[in-house]
Amino acid sequence: MASHGIRDRVAIVGMGCTRFAEHFDKSADDLMREATTEAFAGAGVTKDDVDAYWLGTAQSGMSGITLARPLQLEGKPVTRVENYCATGSEALRQAAYAVASGAYDVAMAVGVEKVKDSGYQGLNAFPIPNDGTQRSLTAAAMFSMVAPAYAKRYGVPEDEMRTVLARIASKNHANGARNPKAQFRREMSVEQICGMPAVAGGLSVFDCAGVADGSAAAVVVRAEDAHRHTDKPLLIKALSFVAGNGSGLEDPGYDYTYFPEVAASAADAYAQAGITDPRAELAMAEVHDCFTTTELVLMEDLGFSARGTAWKEVLAGTFDRDGELPVNPDGGLKSFGHPVGASGLRMLYEAWLQLRGEAPEERRISTFGQRSLALTHNLGGYPGEMVSFVGIVGTD
Amino acid sequence: MRGIVGWGVHLPHRRLDRSQIAAVAGGGGGKGTRTVASYDEDSTTMAVAAARAALRGVDEPVRGLWLATTSPPYVDKSNATAVHAALRLDRSVPAFDAAGSVRSTVGALFAAIAGRCGVVVAASDVRVGRPGGPDESAGADAAAAVLLGDGDHAPVLAEVVGVGSATEEFLDRWRVPGDPASRVWEERFGETKYVPLGLEALKVALGQAAVEADAVDALVIAGLHERACSSVATKSGVATERIVDRLAATVGNPGAAQPLLLLAAALEKAKPGQTIVLLVLSDGADAVVLRTTDALASYQPASPVESQIATGSPVSYGRYLAWRGMLPVEPPRRPEPARPSASAAGRSGDWKFGLSTAQGVLAEQRGTVTTFTVDKLAYSPSPPVVFAVVDFDDGERLPVEVTDVDADEVQIGMRVEMTFRRLFTADGIANYFWKARPLREDR
Repeated sequence: MASHGIRDRVAIVGMGCTRFAEHFDKSADDLMREATTEAFAGAGVTKDDVDAYWLGTAQSGMSGITLARPLQLEGKPVTRVENYCATGSEALRQAAYAVASGAYDVAMAVGVEKVKDSGYQGLNAFPIPNDGTQRSLTAAAMFSMVAPAYAKRYGVPEDEMRTVLARIASKNHANGARNPKAQFRREMSVEQICGMPAVAGGLSVFDCAGVADGSAAAVVVRAEDAHRHTDKPLLIKALSFVAGNGSGLEDPGYDYTYFPEVAASAADAYAQAGITDPRAELAMAEVHDCFTTTELVLMEDLGFSARGTAWKEVLAGTFDRDGELPVNPDGGLKSFGHPVGASGLRMLYEAWLQLRGEAPEERRISTFGQRSLALTHNLGGYPGEMVSFVGIVGTD
Repeated sequence: MRGIVGWGVHLPHRRLDRSQIAAVAGGGGGKGTRTVASYDEDSTTMAVAAARAALRGVDEPVRGLWLATTSPPYVDKSNATAVHAALRLDRSVPAFDAAGSVRSTVGALFAAIAGRCGVVVAASDVRVGRPGGPDESAGADAAAAVLLGDGDHAPVLAEVVGVGSATEEFLDRWRVPGDPASRVWEERFGETKYVPLGLEALKVALGQAAVEADAVDALVIAGLHERACSSVATKSGVATERIVDRLAATVGNPGAAQPLLLLAAALEKAKPGQTIVLLVLSDGADAVVLRTTDALASYQPASPVESQIATGSPVSYGRYLAWRGMLPVEPPRRPEPARPSASAAGRSGDWKFGLSTAQGVLAEQRGTVTTFTVDKLAYSPSPPVVFAVVDFDDGERLPVEVTDVDADEVQIGMRVEMTFRRLFTADGIANYFWKARPLREDR
């Protein structure tokens, strides 16, 4: 038994992504049509050339028909997948494995979420009948518990911790401001963010991901077929996924300063891709910054910083767009927005643009031309009980 | 020998200062405070708290449970079964509701005295009233429980040595189900009925016990007709200083819970070898004469009335009204929770009601807050949600909501105990589960 991965066997040859926004005037159908149209065109294929589809959506549809109907697919297999906020990455993973298996020549992963039709702010989980003892806490509150825990463990003063988290949000706002597809396109200073009222623990709304509608899509083919579609394919180096068993919630040894599922999925992904020093080898990373506390801890779980040091590197600008390892150059969940089913593929879309040199000059990563690998990290759930995806793609 | 082998009381943490009422309601109120059930408490959860206190440290196998209240969360469906489940009683133990009037409590008590030993009688009430009205200011929310035994297991602390009743149909106070307040006939009419009834029941019970009124060490008079209670006290032949204080200044009158609450208060002040009489005026009168035993001297109540009176915190009148549904405040702009599944809850009864795991019973443990957060975004019947990761003394961990606490009061390292509460209500279903609450008394 081993996790072998499919390194260099599957390539991404076309991608599409809508603007993420409060699309009150667009349906999920409209968004899926827009993202897939861009991806089809990029890969030089039609909907009929794609042999199989995977649709990632958490709450905007229940079956493959959710995609087959708006695209008017004829006799195609369409599979709807759902894996919390890592749903979009799960769709990619299934499509890539289907091609790697030889079952299909061309597959497409589509992610979509129409969250702004609920009539409520934030994300609202679809209730599964239960015994009534489940937590009713928001994700913001669950992730807010990371901040005091991290500060205590590593001796970060309370106001310094506030600044660190604001620095993460400010960086992602600066990146989003340079991205025409991002939900929020306004720069926010550290001082402005620090002055916002807390809504969950010490977190304000500016520590939270934007809640947006959107869709993204990717076309995947066997690596040897990639050049029929594009001169600049992205090769899949690793796809890793870990579903936690929830033991962290009941483990008295768990201290809310790390996410073991993320560390495990990162280790698997690096092994699949043959990466030994991610900080030096990766050109960029798109990580699941659902909350600023999350991005802070992820820098350590993904091996970019030693334990207890990420907060200093955040302040030093290591993960800025012009820093040593740019993180969330597209604005991240914070600024680009988080339509659950689409986010994993949106992250990949930024890797697609940046590694291929298609990101606009004002948003270009510092490592462009020197490194060729990008990491996407997508999680769902809460500290102590989460699913984590780590994917690595590259141009070489 | 049959008598009381344990007792327990639950006074909710929150207290309403009656002087706040008139400014809002335009009248009413008065001096002192009354106890207020939190938004997550009802007669069932408070009965659980009182019964747990009655059972704590008492080695008496429970063979029956009675729950008396005028404010049952359900009709048709029994409420006593939820108390039974939260107490983790054996399925062979019957559990009965005695609901409707203050006299239900005496009925349950008499049934326990006459029936099998090892019976818990829990009485609990949430007393509402119209804003500014007399029921609101005079009322209280509380629960009390007694455990009756024969002395075969736990020693009898107060033996039942006489009972007496007098019954008559007349209209003094009545409430249509669902109404917040009772309607009452002219006060004097009730008094003329209650005084002879009370004296008659007292005489019968004292006669059975072969005790003269002037030998009674403590006389508890309970009932919703305050003036009749005072009149009966004056005419009882028991010295004024031996009439047990009805706790009007600090607690108020918790209806069906008042008889057992005041009896508990009397027992906590009593010495061995004393005579205590409980007289309840409720559409008739019932009296129980108790004789305390030597075992009383070594009994430590789990949660004494006096210490609970001393440990409350204030609640504003506005918040009190909102909690009782009298002030319909803007709800959180979040979807309301879905109703819990009856079958899923049925499968997880040990957890949901008993807070037990394979490792042990968390309900009976104390713990420490390891970390916490205050959630102003989550749905709650009374935001914000205070939530903590609790590490129990036996090593288990539970992330759980914290109640009876102000958001700025909670801190890492705070000691907590577990309390049975109603998380929310959906489709009329009271969704019960456990929360942590600060350990405020040295129990």
